[in-house]
Amino acid sequence: MDSSLDFAAIQAMFENNAAKVEGLIDSYVDKKEQLISLLQDIQAEFNYIPQDVIIKISQKLDIPLSQVFSVATFFQAFSLKPRGRHTITVCVGTACHVKGGQRLVEKMARDYNLKPGETTDDERFTLETANCLGCCALGPVVVVDGKYESQVNPEKLDKILKKYE
Amino acid sequence: MVEQVRKLLDKKLNSIQGLEELRKSLQADKDSSRMVISVCGGTGCRASGAEAVVEAFAEEIERQELAAKIEFKETGCHGFCERGPVVVIGPKKIFYQRVQPEDVPEIIAETVVKGGVVRRLLYTDPATDEEITYETDVPFYNRQTRHILGANGEIDPTDIEQYIAAGGYAALAKVLAGMTPEAIVKEITESGLRGRGGGGFPTGRKWQSCRAAAGEVKYVLCNADEGDPGAYQDRSILEGNPHSVIEGMIIGAYAIGAGQGYIYVRNEYPLAVEHARAALDQAVEYGLLGEDILGTGFDFKVTINKGGGAFVCGESSALIASLEGKVGEPRAKYVHMSEKGLWDKPSLLNNVKTWANVPLIINKGADWYAKIGTPGSKGTMIFSLVGKINNSGLVEVPFGITLREMIYDIGGGIPNGKKFKAVQTGGPSGGCIPEEFLDTPVDFDALTKLGSMMGSGGMIVMDEDNCMVDVARYFIEFLKGESCGKCTPCREGLAKLSEILNRITHGQGVPEDLELMADLGEILHDGALCALGKSAANPVLSTLKYFKDEYLAHINEKKCPAGVCRELLTFSIDPEKCTGCGVCARGCSTNAISGEKKQPHVINQGMCIKCGVCYDACKFGAVIKE
Repeated sequence: MDSSLDFAAIQAMFENNAAKVEGLIDSYVDKKEQLISLLQDIQAEFNYIPQDVIIKISQKLDIPLSQVFSVATFFQAFSLKPRGRHTITVCVGTACHVKGGQRLVEKMARDYNLKPGETTDDERFTLETANCLGCCALGPVVVVDGKYESQVNPEKLDKILKKYE
Repeated sequence: MVEQVRKLLDKKLNSIQGLEELRKSLQADKDSSRMVISVCGGTGCRASGAEAVVEAFAEEIERQELAAKIEFKETGCHGFCERGPVVVIGPKKIFYQRVQPEDVPEIIAETVVKGGVVRRLLYTDPATDEEITYETDVPFYNRQTRHILGANGEIDPTDIEQYIAAGGYAALAKVLAGMTPEAIVKEITESGLRGRGGGGFPTGRKWQSCRAAAGEVKYVLCNADEGDPGAYQDRSILEGNPHSVIEGMIIGAYAIGAGQGYIYVRNEYPLAVEHARAALDQAVEYGLLGEDILGTGFDFKVTINKGGGAFVCGESSALIASLEGKVGEPRAKYVHMSEKGLWDKPSLLNNVKTWANVPLIINKGADWYAKIGTPGSKGTMIFSLVGKINNSGLVEVPFGITLREMIYDIGGGIPNGKKFKAVQTGGPSGGCIPEEFLDTPVDFDALTKLGSMMGSGGMIVMDEDNCMVDVARYFIEFLKGESCGKCTPCREGLAKLSEILNRITHGQGVPEDLELMADLGEILHDGALCALGKSAANPVLSTLKYFKDEYLAHINEKKCPAGVCRELLTFSIDPEKCTGCGVCARGCSTNAISGEKKQPHVINQGMCIKCGVCYDACKFGAVIKE
């Protein structure tokens, strides 16, 4: 394999990403108050919010770094760590809880060695919990990469996760 | 030529009359004898596979060239989510439930072509074992009064013309054609509408004070940060009928003199965001939003902001902080939002359901509206009836209906012959109501009197298998995680409550804990900054009040009567009932179960982690949990 080619591709990717970040931040220069929305765009692009991007936002939009950091860590939707290829969200809202949703979280810890907020070593899965996904009549609910699964029990969870590599 | 094409493409309505003409022509084009197939495309039915059903219908309709004969649409949430994917075939409204793509050719052949019924897709009433053909005969629906939710099943939410054809934006037209802002506020006040977000504050009074507030710039805000776990009616309305909310907001803006509105919606509701966004774009395109609305000179814009996943942002002052791009921390409310809200300007914040009620009140009049409900709570309320209940979904009923009617008549009772224990209302700020109060008529004040609250309308039914101490612990854990940490009583009080409840559920509670928790509850109520903290102890206080014996069993006997708190349970196998099939042993992740084939198995207590998988797996009821 030609290593120089790979290097060029990686470099191009980095440059491409850097340009994207610049572009995104620039589009918010006149609307500093939409910081949350900017962070959402960044997260949608990279699946997490890289440290250097937080610094760049602070510099370009002239918002204190502490404020950008506090917003990025206050809201559950933002992750400062890279996430796995697939995001599993287990609903732990009340209706799912009374139907055994917590057991799915316990199962993930037991069988996949994965706690909420963590990513597996092979970067296959990131586990998250949500306080209610609004599918309360179908609990316990699990969402994998945006696909909703209803009435999930520990056994069904195994079957669902097999589909994601 | 170019000019003509542009004119054809330009859908902007320049006058109220133009809107009414469009409505008339849309209604005239509609052939009421045509068959209408509506597939529910709400998030709930999508979770059960509705998208594939929609695709299957589209393909089959094309294949059989039926497009001219039938009207096919993907609508918003029909409410009976547990039975999804739901398909309703009009005009008679044949109700098919749990429809899969494989069923579609048969539905087309039997019902659309021959006019018959596919019996195996009908709903069977669990109470009577009777098959029911029409939606209007299903007990879940026929006891409801669906003034707000009704349109969800009738219109495609991504097509503004369907909303207009169904009478949409008529209230806006009425307002712009001849109602003064004062008259609008008076109408809302006289209707008796109270805020549907949880507090139940009189909506008219809020509008009045915002209208009276000094200042040129004012804002209209829609709270769609539906954080209460177990409630999803706001999602359902925004997904299924976004224009009703937008129309309400435009009327509100006109009444108080606002030029800009915001919809603050949860990040966890992607479909609601998508539909609301599409609806806003269409409203602008049709001249119903933006500059010079319907040629009347009134300007109003609406922007959508997505939340970041923080429960506290449903609280008004935290929501505003979040809209301003700051951390969602509440502030003390000695200054009202109606005077100093978003960017310190007068702001009118109402919940999704409250906004959706506005066009209804304007169209039908305050007198008509005020006849529905109880003396203190007017109109209908949408509840999400979920948990341990047969017919689970969204229910719209007039205030004043009893909890028993809700749970048994509409909800069809508790599944699997289990016994009702409690119904939890009002989300994490609410409480658990026991069986003895099931005949209470539901309204804002009656629920508060019982130590619970209306909240945003979540109603989670619990049966004998739910442990009330665990439920209290669940809510306190929830609130501990969601407390913003700004004020000490909430931050520290919840941490302390969580510690105590965890001790109790682990069998390490002491009798003094009960009094200590009641004291902490009082401190939270008196000392916390916002409603989240003030009401945070409600789940503990209400369960302490009505289910004290369960707490005592955990503390004194170290037992969990409902069999939920794991540290207090032991799993064993009844040798009489065990057939030695080995299903439990195969499912056990710690290999704690052993035994010969066809011989009774045993659980090694030292290795058992009490996960309960064996209990669920055993088909012979041989695993004992005590």
